[in-house]
Amino acid sequence: MIEEILATHELKLVTEDDVMAVRRRVREIAEMRKFDTFAIAAITTATSELARNVVVHGRGGTAKIEEISDGLRAGIRVVFTDEGPGIPDIARVMSGGYSTARSMGLGLSGSKRLVDDFDLESQVGVGTRVTVTKWKRF
Amino acid sequence: MIRGQIPILRIGTTLLATIHIELRDAVAEAFQADVLTTIEKDGAAGLLIDISGLDIVDSYVARIIAETGRMAKLMGTTTVLVGMRPEVAATLIRMGYSMEGVLTALNVDDGLELLGHIVPKQRGA
Repeated sequence: MIEEILATHELKLVTEDDVMAVRRRVREIAEMRKFDTFAIAAITTATSELARNVVVHGRGGTAKIEEISDGLRAGIRVVFTDEGPGIPDIARVMSGGYSTARSMGLGLSGSKRLVDDFDLESQVGVGTRVTVTKWKRF
Repeated sequence: MIRGQIPILRIGTTLLATIHIELRDAVAEAFQADVLTTIEKDGAAGLLIDISGLDIVDSYVARIIAETGRMAKLMGTTTVLVGMRPEVAATLIRMGYSMEGVLTALNVDDGLELLGHIVPKQRGA
């Protein structure tokens, strides 16, 4: 399947207000593309978690929102990038978080369960990039 | 802190807090302080937190709500979370956040009824 990028929006993520702005933008796009309410809540919530991680743990960064299509379905992809401290033990962060609501674990592992594709790259001292994709179901 | 952004109304011995705006850090802290000082000042057997106005609840907001309930409990007030939308319930469970220890009801009416059953009639009336 050939993927096509229909539109790209790049937003900064430095303050709490930026987190809300990115979240609102993602919701607007999902609504415009007529995602169902459950899918809208899923991608908006995942965006909220990951955007907050960029601001709180990553010392700020950016969110790139892409409106995509695979020819059959519309999709939304969001790439969160920061140049923060990075994640030393990705496996550990991704595995847990059930009991510690405050940890980054819940944000990352929880977000993964809300989207169709989840990709995490991180290098200590360089930064972190998380990419999530949600496809329209029906 | 920005106090008084989230209205807290009294229905008999119950307080009703309606969260209708995005909870940012400052608002969340002020909300917790408002709830607790209202309980201290006037007393309350129960606290209903109505989130029917929220279209998403992320782990941050879920934590604030659960925390507020535990704080109220320490002061003798039972909290019931009401008005959660279907897509919010689905999202929280899928994320692995079960809101354990938080009493819930479908809406304000059901929440009041639940409080009527579980809170001993100890005050006034």
